[in-house]
Amino acid sequence: MTNKTANLLYSKEHEWVLSLEENRVRIGISEYAQKQLGDIVFVENPEVDDEITANESMGTIESVKAVSDIFSPVSGVVVRVNEELEDSPALINEQPYEEGWLVEVELSDPGELESLLNEDEYKAFINEGEE
Amino acid sequence: MAEYNHLIFEVSRPGRVGYSLPKSDVESVNLEDKFPKHLIRDEAAGLPEVAELDLVRHYTALSNKNHGIDNGFYPLGSCTMKYNPKVNEVVARLAGFSRIHPYQPTETVQGALELMYNLQEELAVITGMDAVTLQPSAGAQGEWTGLMMVRAYHEQKGETRKKVLVPDSAHGTNPASASVAGYKTVTIPSNENGLVDLEELKKHVDKDTAALMLTNPNTLGLFEKEITEIAAVVHEAGGLLYYDGANSNAILGKTTPGDMGFDVVHLNLHKTFTGPHGGGGPGSGPVGVKEVLLPYLPVPRVEKDGDKFLLNSNYPLSIGRVKGYYGNFGINVRAYSYIRTMGPVGLREVSEGAVLHANYLRKRLDPYFESPYPQICKHEFVLSGSRQKKLGVRTLDMAKRLLDFGYHPPTIYFPLNVEECLMIEPTETESKETMDAFADVMIQIAKEVEENPGVVLDAPHTTIIGRLDEVQAARQPIVRYIKEKEEEQVKDGVKA
Amino acid sequence: MTNTYRYLPDTKQDQEEMLKFLNISSVEELFEDIPSEIRLKGELDIPNADSEPVLLKKMSQLAARNKNANDYPTFLGAGTYDHYIPSVVDHMISRSEFYTAYTPYQPEISQGELQAIFEFQTMVCELTGMDAANSSMYDGFTSLAEAASLAVASAKKRSKVLVSNGVHPESRAVLQTVARGQEYTVEEVSLSSDVTDLDQLKAQIAEDTAAVIVQYPNFFGSVEDLAEIKQIAEEKGALLIVSSNPLALALLQSPGKLGADIVIGDMQPLGIPMSFGGPHCGYFAVKQKFIRKIPGRIVGQTQDEKGKRGFVLTLQAREQHIRRDKASSNICSNQALNALASSICMTALGKQGIREMAMQNIEKADYMAKVLQRKGFIVMNKSAFFNEFVVELPRPVKEVNSKLLEAGFIGGYDLGIDYGYENQMLIAVTEQRSKEEIDQFAVALEAVVNG
Repeated sequence: MTNKTANLLYSKEHEWVLSLEENRVRIGISEYAQKQLGDIVFVENPEVDDEITANESMGTIESVKAVSDIFSPVSGVVVRVNEELEDSPALINEQPYEEGWLVEVELSDPGELESLLNEDEYKAFINEGEE
Repeated sequence: MAEYNHLIFEVSRPGRVGYSLPKSDVESVNLEDKFPKHLIRDEAAGLPEVAELDLVRHYTALSNKNHGIDNGFYPLGSCTMKYNPKVNEVVARLAGFSRIHPYQPTETVQGALELMYNLQEELAVITGMDAVTLQPSAGAQGEWTGLMMVRAYHEQKGETRKKVLVPDSAHGTNPASASVAGYKTVTIPSNENGLVDLEELKKHVDKDTAALMLTNPNTLGLFEKEITEIAAVVHEAGGLLYYDGANSNAILGKTTPGDMGFDVVHLNLHKTFTGPHGGGGPGSGPVGVKEVLLPYLPVPRVEKDGDKFLLNSNYPLSIGRVKGYYGNFGINVRAYSYIRTMGPVGLREVSEGAVLHANYLRKRLDPYFESPYPQICKHEFVLSGSRQKKLGVRTLDMAKRLLDFGYHPPTIYFPLNVEECLMIEPTETESKETMDAFADVMIQIAKEVEENPGVVLDAPHTTIIGRLDEVQAARQPIVRYIKEKEEEQVKDGVKA
Repeated sequence: MTNTYRYLPDTKQDQEEMLKFLNISSVEELFEDIPSEIRLKGELDIPNADSEPVLLKKMSQLAARNKNANDYPTFLGAGTYDHYIPSVVDHMISRSEFYTAYTPYQPEISQGELQAIFEFQTMVCELTGMDAANSSMYDGFTSLAEAASLAVASAKKRSKVLVSNGVHPESRAVLQTVARGQEYTVEEVSLSSDVTDLDQLKAQIAEDTAAVIVQYPNFFGSVEDLAEIKQIAEEKGALLIVSSNPLALALLQSPGKLGADIVIGDMQPLGIPMSFGGPHCGYFAVKQKFIRKIPGRIVGQTQDEKGKRGFVLTLQAREQHIRRDKASSNICSNQALNALASSICMTALGKQGIREMAMQNIEKADYMAKVLQRKGFIVMNKSAFFNEFVVELPRPVKEVNSKLLEAGFIGGYDLGIDYGYENQMLIAVTEQRSKEEIDQFAVALEAVVNG
């Protein structure tokens, strides 16, 4: 992971959260998650204006022979969806922290961010799982 | 001769025909006079135009690119790829079976109804059930039918139970069927012997449990020895037991789901009773029930009154229809023909042969692969490619290497609870020589993994096509041929 | 074991060698894990085995007790039809490389099946005017229910489907069973004469309607105006699902061009024997935006490492074996062999033949209707019909049909059963019926009702 990921928060379901402005965050999946999933062939994102709830499924990511839920790390309303992923789901594999982001969300409970992991904690969490 | 590699649309030439109809002998009709203009087709459907020989060459070429049981050994686990008898094909094509309409008056189809009735009765004996419906088209529809009956049964008692339990080794269809029948699935982990963990089961069985779905022998090829205890636990809580009959080839004439304590069962006639598989279907998935579920069977039911056979829809508690007409009759004819050919002794010997073959092949392969469950198996067994994985070769690679020797590989990566799984079902119709030859090749591949892994990793070497890019296929799906596009590409090519 | 069964190859010596290798003395030992209290004590109580000649004789006798369409010209339709099947069809599907294979999981040795399905999908798209089709489903009835489920699953906050009474009664029956499982509502829309009552449809459609389902041509043979129905559906944001006879689509405007979102039906009219109602072959076609939601298996084109074109099962993440309890459909198998039969039939007929065959259906049904009208019968259809229509009789259909049988004909479908239309018969006339048979049938019908 590079420096540009230093500001990110992570969930134990391997999503990252980037604070954009007051109450607004961008969500994606981590480098570790995209590696585990392998070649991603399709993303089913929520739609703009959809309400999403922390720790509940907000969409799915498909690889050739697997489908995984995307568990939302936060609660709120979807305000922007990465439409590029529709035609180019490979962006998640190639640039999970940049062009491969999933959605932007207006938070309904900013306090939820406090329960997420920082980069070091997330690294430690992954290492634990690897052992 | 150069390899034939064309789509039928690419060999089409305007003006060629492959049919012969008599000239119309009645007055012609002007479409514009009969139909509103906007409902008349403005552009002919782009079907191919070929002469009959072009057609025959095309499909013969395609068939030559396909591997069936008649081409060679096909040990695809849980699919029971046994020999498909030719006499069954002859029988199903008799005009008295193939050229009858489902809505003919019942007095004109007594032979068909008698066959269905007899088949129902005999399948009831084979499964130890009280009645059988032939309506479901295949196993998945059978599962759903069975669960809809379970649901009707509980609802009739004024209960809305929401849970269906399935072991972690279950076919993926079980939870999917539970879901479309409106149930939540709860997965029960297996114990270290690959069997249902009775203590775990007890923890999950309660007043909300509608049914437990079980395959016995399970997908690891192991018989659930504690089945009567399992049944008692579920029944005591008011739940029912569903038997997934995909693995019935192991138990014919030895035991029945009814004796084991099951209340409802589906069979896959295209598996155990020589369908055939048809490249993916049609199948047939009859469902048998114990008396408690009789009122809920789909309608119409085929019944006998004196020496007459009839269709009866007068069952107010029935779940209704699950499929059009009366099921996949043509497949049921074949299965009936097979049962008539084997009789009670033959069917028992089928299962004895299937189980003997699986154990023989398992023991021959045991020293060369990880064998997660080394006890005796039933009609199929699982091996793990974990030893080979450590050397950098995966089960998928070994499966592809088998293609070079003319074998269809076993089922791979299923069940999910076995790492790098190979699931092997030799069936009773294969000779010892066939199994020995296959074992020799498997052992050779295991040695190649150690000595020359490249040859396995790059496999297959001898097939007409290499490993295909499935990622591209799923990312930008092309699921139909589009003529304009091809022509544009050609034009672009010319321009460039 | 004995050597009496031709499908069981083990000799006594084979068996002994295998037992010895396993260090056991009898096959019974391999069944010791089945507790004795649930072991069968004797043999299964079913009849003993028959030799091949005896089996053939018995099965031929059973078959002979059915009156088949070779001997009795049939005027039954109602979803299953007696059509010309070119001889090449059965000949080609009898190649055992096709019929003894299973689902093409290993594409390197299944290119034949995969390509054949890809071609089938293309032909279905061509006829229906849709963007994508699957590799086939159990039958047209289950395809319809799957289409309704797809519509409900993909629309948020829409839990109702409207189905026209002009849709096949068995389709509606299967739909009711499926909807009960998945817990959505099915409302039927009544008819105005022989087509869907559009005023009723407008009254019933609402914001919670996921889809409107109609049949084209409908159960009475009449051609519904899809353009008008599409407009009504679209205004409320509901999908249009059209169940269609693929042969009729040779001459009728494709549902895709008229705005259908999902087109489903049964390929039986094209290359599949009636076979007492099954196996037939459902088809399922959609507009591009639903391609990742189609149930069942789909074949896609791709290439190998060397860039050579090949075909694979694709979009597998939709399927039940991967999604398990999250799957929106539990269907695994398809009707591949019947889809193949249908492809071969469509290839034999080709662009020209399918139109000629469809035209003959229109002409012969039209001729029969006129002949009956000249004899004073009342044809109930007010809209134009394809190859079947409703005629009113002065006596119960059941009674008429048994008389027709004596005259050597299988008469039409009794609309009293599902619709309560007493004394109304649905008559189908395909290209298989000659002018002579039609004339004789009309004479017989006249004699029956007068006699």
